[in-house]
Amino acid sequence: MTQNLRVKSSEFIDETNRISFKFDGKTYYGFKGDTLASALIANNVHLVGRSFKYHRPRGIMTSGSEEPNAIVQVNPNSNITEPNARATEIEIYEGLEASSQNCWPSVNFDIGGINNFLAPLFPAGFYYKTFMWPKSFWEKYEFFIRHSAGLGKSPNTRDPDIYDHRNIHCDVLVVGAGISGILAAKNAAKNNFKTLLLDEKNELGGSTIFEANEDNKINHNSASEWLKKEINELKNIKNLEIKTRTSVAAYHQYNYLLARENLTDHLDKKDKKNKIRQRLLKIRAKKVILATGALERPLIFNNNDRPGIMLSSAIKKYSNFYGVACGTKNIFFTNNDSAYESALSLHNKGIKVEAIIDIRENSDAKIIKKINDAGIKIYWAHTIVDTRGYKRLSGVSIMKLSNDGTSVTGSKISISCNCLGIAGGWTPAVHLYTQSGSKLTFDEERKIFIPKADTKEQISVGSCGGDFELDEIIENLNYKLKNFLNINKTDFEGITLENDHETSKRNIWLLPSDQTIGKTKPFVDYQNDATAKDIKLALREGFRSIEHVKRYTTTGMGTDQGKLGNMHALGIIADTAGVKMGELGTTTFRPPYTPLTFGTIVGRNVGEFFDTFRRTPMNDWHIKNKAEFENVGQWKRSWYYPKEDETMHQAVQRESKAARQSAGILDASTLGKIDIQGSDASEFLNRVYTNAWSKLAIGKCRYGLMLNEDGMVYDDGVTTRLGENHYIMTTTTGGAANVLGKLEDYLQTEWPELDVYLTSVTDHFATASLCGPNSKKILNKIIPDLDLSDDNFPHMSFKEVLIDKIKCRIMRISFTGELSYEINAPASYGEAIWQKCIEAGKEFNITPYGTETMHLLRAEKGFIIVGQDTDGTMTPSDLQMDWIVSKKKYDFIGKRSLYRSDTMKEDRKQLVGLLTEDPNIVLEEGAQIVSELDQKPVEMLGHVTSSYFSPNLNKSIALAVVKDGKNMMGRKLFIPMENKNISVTVANTVFYDEKNERLNA
Amino acid sequence: MFLIDCPYCGERDQQEFKAGGEAHIERPKQPTELSDDEWAEYLFMRKNIKGVQFERWNHAHGCRKWFNMARDTSNDEIKAIYKMGEKPPTQ
Ligand SMILES: [Zn+2]
Repeated sequence: MTQNLRVKSSEFIDETNRISFKFDGKTYYGFKGDTLASALIANNVHLVGRSFKYHRPRGIMTSGSEEPNAIVQVNPNSNITEPNARATEIEIYEGLEASSQNCWPSVNFDIGGINNFLAPLFPAGFYYKTFMWPKSFWEKYEFFIRHSAGLGKSPNTRDPDIYDHRNIHCDVLVVGAGISGILAAKNAAKNNFKTLLLDEKNELGGSTIFEANEDNKINHNSASEWLKKEINELKNIKNLEIKTRTSVAAYHQYNYLLARENLTDHLDKKDKKNKIRQRLLKIRAKKVILATGALERPLIFNNNDRPGIMLSSAIKKYSNFYGVACGTKNIFFTNNDSAYESALSLHNKGIKVEAIIDIRENSDAKIIKKINDAGIKIYWAHTIVDTRGYKRLSGVSIMKLSNDGTSVTGSKISISCNCLGIAGGWTPAVHLYTQSGSKLTFDEERKIFIPKADTKEQISVGSCGGDFELDEIIENLNYKLKNFLNINKTDFEGITLENDHETSKRNIWLLPSDQTIGKTKPFVDYQNDATAKDIKLALREGFRSIEHVKRYTTTGMGTDQGKLGNMHALGIIADTAGVKMGELGTTTFRPPYTPLTFGTIVGRNVGEFFDTFRRTPMNDWHIKNKAEFENVGQWKRSWYYPKEDETMHQAVQRESKAARQSAGILDASTLGKIDIQGSDASEFLNRVYTNAWSKLAIGKCRYGLMLNEDGMVYDDGVTTRLGENHYIMTTTTGGAANVLGKLEDYLQTEWPELDVYLTSVTDHFATASLCGPNSKKILNKIIPDLDLSDDNFPHMSFKEVLIDKIKCRIMRISFTGELSYEINAPASYGEAIWQKCIEAGKEFNITPYGTETMHLLRAEKGFIIVGQDTDGTMTPSDLQMDWIVSKKKYDFIGKRSLYRSDTMKEDRKQLVGLLTEDPNIVLEEGAQIVSELDQKPVEMLGHVTSSYFSPNLNKSIALAVVKDGKNMMGRKLFIPMENKNISVTVANTVFYDEKNERLNA
Repeated sequence: MFLIDCPYCGERDQQEFKAGGEAHIERPKQPTELSDDEWAEYLFMRKNIKGVQFERWNHAHGCRKWFNMARDTSNDEIKAIYKMGEKPPTQ
């Protein structure tokens, strides 16, 4: 196919580098420097998609990130296809494939297009109104909506690209490299500020760089030539880093900004390989200069969405920057002077301009004369009342506007054309400004929202600050920069400026037609197919808040966030409701400014780098011995050790039996360990645990329960007194960090008078827990010198010993009810000590067991696991652990709450044991418990918290929390499951060795 | 994301810190003397001010020290940062 609309060579396009690409399966050619949009237009392709609701044909409308229509699927036939890319931002490369989105089966024949004829059925709030009823139909509606909406398809394999994050600290960040941004960055860097300049485009210079307006002159040269020289000088400036293809996504408080740098998307396929695709820049800037420019507004009139209708500024950019004509017969429709510039640009390149339709009565701009000289007809005070052409614009109908602008008069004039440039004025791009938390003010005369105030940390310059004319831009920039950077002079101070000034203004948010509004389709939000009619309907139905109207009509809720039409939506609401726009406020602009890929957000934190894993010193041994692992917080813990083809159940049953019958060994290194020292250590423990600590002898251990101030159980563990002023506390694996944080909080804020120091030593020690009747014999083999008699080393005591010159702490404590020893060795010797236990235990068939067996063994004994049997609503009394709450202590954390009326209630949910009628049925953890089966609604009495098949008791056992459970001993209850009701009996929580005889076996 | 000036370490990103709720609520010295209502007042009732609010913050991934912050909740402006035990700024 020929590029029949390439009209003139351009310095920004490399015509020696021809590139082939595919769109909707067809091969086309473009040049290096083209975007997909400019290359398609050069090939006379305007129709690129279908609209969301009515499936109307839509064409390329803009030349930038505000594009609402040309949303395409990139590499549609690949597993790593990317949806929702804007054709106006994709730089073409050899091998690029893209396809239209939101059309089925094809863009030219679209079944959903029938919605267009059913349009009266799709008013504002259509989805809310229609799909609410009947409820059971929702599944069918959803299928229909999703199928016909089809907003692109997501990739279905892992993203192979590399993404990266980078932190940047700078003195001055300049966002936007138009004329204001370039001068600002240059002057900041020249004055020794470490400066970063970002722009989302691939070329610097903004819109000035390709403008061909002979009336805009700097130092008697054209503004674009002057700016090119300035850009050239940037190369030699120190302190200045420039990043193009970099879009700022978010501007958070304290000048923290996130930007996406695009590194390889524009490269040929072969050059992309092994390179970082996109990088997220996390920027903390001392000062931010926003130079984000302005977005051209469309005009809102009947059928303003046909392919071939584009923003006037986009037509100018396509012709001046890309050397592409958007049409062969052009018309401009405007409310300001800027469209005349676009028209003249085309005319000077030999592209035919049929007419300019201006809603104003007149204009005294100099450019008018040039248009007249060029023979282009101007229709003053006219408006377009309708357009023609289905897949491509073929003509417009215009009529004279009434004086008040609310109606049209006279006869209809029909003009044929295949491209219409619309120019509705300019909206300062204040998105980032408002994201930063700053407020806007409405300029009634110019109908724009502009930044309310600059601060010491942030200014807005150029058109995003409300300055549109060249002299105004440069003079204000000079003044603002000097103040902001605290410098005496800028390097552009005193340059001579010549430019025209716009004096004639007229703004009509919704242009009238000769037809009633009900019969027209004036689109406000192109992407979501919201029309002015929808907005008026929403107001009629009583919606007033701008945020509500937005959601009801979906105006501004597309991926473009209504960058084009938001102002018109506000204007139409204000006009219809009879309020001032400034009082109406705006909707919130939320980050990201343009969509971000998930890859950019997560960066390198994928796969094994997604989160940190913590592994115990014995981890290699566990792997060698085929352990299955379980995640406990960030820890990888051995779950069970299957032998040959054992199932988990079989392995756990075997491990559990071995631990009770001979010997087992558990890696308990993950338990939190806090070293507590200081002359007030005992007093501190008294205050944080429910039981008393002052009388604990040196060398003894004690179990402690820690509450929250609300009286609910928070953590538990054994603490050992190592010396007069020295304790070691253990916490649950998952609670370690929070317990330390909480204790630190009390020490620093409530009890600063206490002489206590806390140190986390979790990672400093490896812990092997030897358990079972033969554990004493095994330990004796390892440390023959140590007297293991109950007199010398009784239950709940501690010894410091040497094992092969390694200093170890041994606690005789038990979480299984068996005789047990916990050997704590310095972490680096953990595996050696473990290995030694395994060797010494061989003759006793020592069996390594994991967390699952540990949970089973402790459940047989009725020992709780905080977080499994408790959930932040259980008091010690609810757990039947009143014995551990000191009555004598004056105070401890949570004590007062235990005497609140609610915590003292008799019928709270309480921990009990459950035994199933059929001993082989194992209950599901989380299953609900009821007392009656026939009653409706049935009262839920509680739920199962722990449940196992006990190999040592040869029956199913469970722990549960049950309302008034303490008074239900022996009662029969039911557990209703999907297919059956299970009968259970309330029992004691201790199922095994109730008298604790095995501890000293 | 705030830039918080830890009184012990200097300016750091907000992600190093943990917010700890309203400041200057002292744990009663003699809880047992309090009625249920008085204890509930300490335990549950917190202000949620639009304007300058005094808050506790902890440099959790830094020096682990707790300190106080006066923050305007309407615009997130940090008005002052001061150490535990110090009086809140009057203005
Ligand atoms: Zn700190």
